[in-house]
Amino acid sequence: MKILITAILVFGSMIFYQNFPDGNMILQKVDDNMSSETNITESQMIIHGKRGSRTVISKGYTQGHNKSFTEYLAPDRDKGTKMLKLEDRLWIFSPSTDRTIQLSGHMLRQSVMGSDLSYEDMMEDRKLSEMYDVKVVGEETIDLRKSWVLELNAKVEDVSYVKRKLWVDQVRYVPLKEELFAKSGQLLKKTVMSDITKISNRWYPKKINFKDMLKDGKGTDFVVTLFSLM
Amino acid sequence: MTTIKLAFQLAYKNLMGAGLRTWLTVGVLSFAFVVIIFYNGLLDGWNQQAKKDSIEWEFGNGQLLNENYDPFDAFSLQDGHGILPDAGEKNLVPVLIRQASIYPEGRMLSISLKGIDTNQATLKLPTYLLKESTAERPVIIGNRMAASINMKKGDEVLLRWRDKNGSFDAANVTIVGVFDSDVSMVDNGQLWMPIGKLWEMTGLENHATLYVANKDYKHESIAGWEFKSLDLLLKDINDIISMKKVSGSIMYLLLLAIALLAIFDTQVLSVFRRQREIGTYISLGMTRIQVVALFTVEGSMNSLLATIVGCLYGVPLFIYLATTGIAVPQATQDMGLAIADKIFPVFGAGLILSTIALIVLSSTIVSFLPSLKIAKMNPVDALKGKIQ
Repeated sequence: MKILITAILVFGSMIFYQNFPDGNMILQKVDDNMSSETNITESQMIIHGKRGSRTVISKGYTQGHNKSFTEYLAPDRDKGTKMLKLEDRLWIFSPSTDRTIQLSGHMLRQSVMGSDLSYEDMMEDRKLSEMYDVKVVGEETIDLRKSWVLELNAKVEDVSYVKRKLWVDQVRYVPLKEELFAKSGQLLKKTVMSDITKISNRWYPKKINFKDMLKDGKGTDFVVTLFSLM
Repeated sequence: MTTIKLAFQLAYKNLMGAGLRTWLTVGVLSFAFVVIIFYNGLLDGWNQQAKKDSIEWEFGNGQLLNENYDPFDAFSLQDGHGILPDAGEKNLVPVLIRQASIYPEGRMLSISLKGIDTNQATLKLPTYLLKESTAERPVIIGNRMAASINMKKGDEVLLRWRDKNGSFDAANVTIVGVFDSDVSMVDNGQLWMPIGKLWEMTGLENHATLYVANKDYKHESIAGWEFKSLDLLLKDINDIISMKKVSGSIMYLLLLAIALLAIFDTQVLSVFRRQREIGTYISLGMTRIQVVALFTVEGSMNSLLATIVGCLYGVPLFIYLATTGIAVPQATQDMGLAIADKIFPVFGAGLILSTIALIVLSSTIVSFLPSLKIAKMNPVDALKGKIQ
């Protein structure tokens, strides 16, 4: 009887999973959609705090996954600050001190301009498929869009988050939501993508909300105001 | 001998004769005397208390630091740790420090998560509370930390940390004790937990950032570890006290200068107005040096009177302060230095005697300088009262 039940469960789960596409294939399609050779973006980072919100405006130039340059345009306090990322190295130029410093080690774990994002979060350029085993665990509807629910479990040791959950639009292959978990299973961060727009046959989220789930508040909004592919 | 006795008698008579002018000078000089002793006594009291508390709560008998750990660079905590075999047999208490965050009342606070051997008796930290607790992740915190996160014994708070690979982990910790220490360096922004638990949480089995030596520790050079002796660890406190003494001396040296100026002024006036008296002394057979000595004694007697007057109101005040102590504001205690709620000034014999010597010597010098003019006086002109 036990063998029969086990067989039904195993067979049933195989049928169940067979209805879902391969997780790696979905990640690959997301990558194909989101990655471009070169792009220029102008964006606003709206940092919501207890005493109100402040907006940081920047212009970024990105080439592939490993090279990017960002210049901060506003507010006056941050204006002129420049950030250069080349593979796993990051330099920051501060006009107030007229110095360029390279961030490394623990400094990368600091918050970017007081937001819910760390430099390390920005630096992450390894492909998810290289770091995680992917499994499609279900489908959900988010903002009237049907999406696959992907569960990612770390297969390498040196990752910040050992577990992630990713919601991917079934048609546009653009991520709609992401949750990052601690080893204990505690939800740490949540990212919600919205205002999905088609640009040159690709779909991009023009608004991303980053939220540290352990803190009160509304997190940090990242709004793309200008996007051009080269 | 007779001349000195005469000099004292004359000096006393003249000073008393000057009335209010003498008592004003003596008053300012005695105030300077009391302020010098009070200020230095206060700093000595703080010094003694700060050293005692720092040794008992933080330094032990010295510390052995991992060569990659710099206490003044938080970023060095990432790699500044290692394993020292047989640390227990070497009379060393291991402490592992990791950076972490806690989330009290929905706000994030960066903290130092410190693991310590719960069986230790080198430091006054109540680590026995960690040992006795049945909580999954027990921690103890200082009362400053408890006040800043608004938490008390028995409360739980969410802790987020990274393991040795940099992966995030998060769980609740239970506050099993709140200790009261004057040393903010073991209190502000810190959580203390059993080192075994921290090893388990981070995967850094048997690692320590530093070791605290107990009184039986005998230092031998160990590769990869740097020993900081007690003298070196207490250097900061000594430097701060020395700096405070210098900056504080400006205030009481000004007071002293005012009093000495009054003595100098009186002496100049005396030599000018008492020319006939000077001429008479010399005519009666006194040498010029004896007359100079007489005037110098008269001037320096101000300082002796000031010492007596200072003792009259200073001694009861010092006894009262040394018994009840002086309250220190909470804000000052949070500055990173070991300052108790109350500082008990220490008025040592050395301090009192050196202050008396300073007052007497300086007033003797300023009395002597104007009196030197007497040595150049023509006794006949002096007798006639001619201005010289």
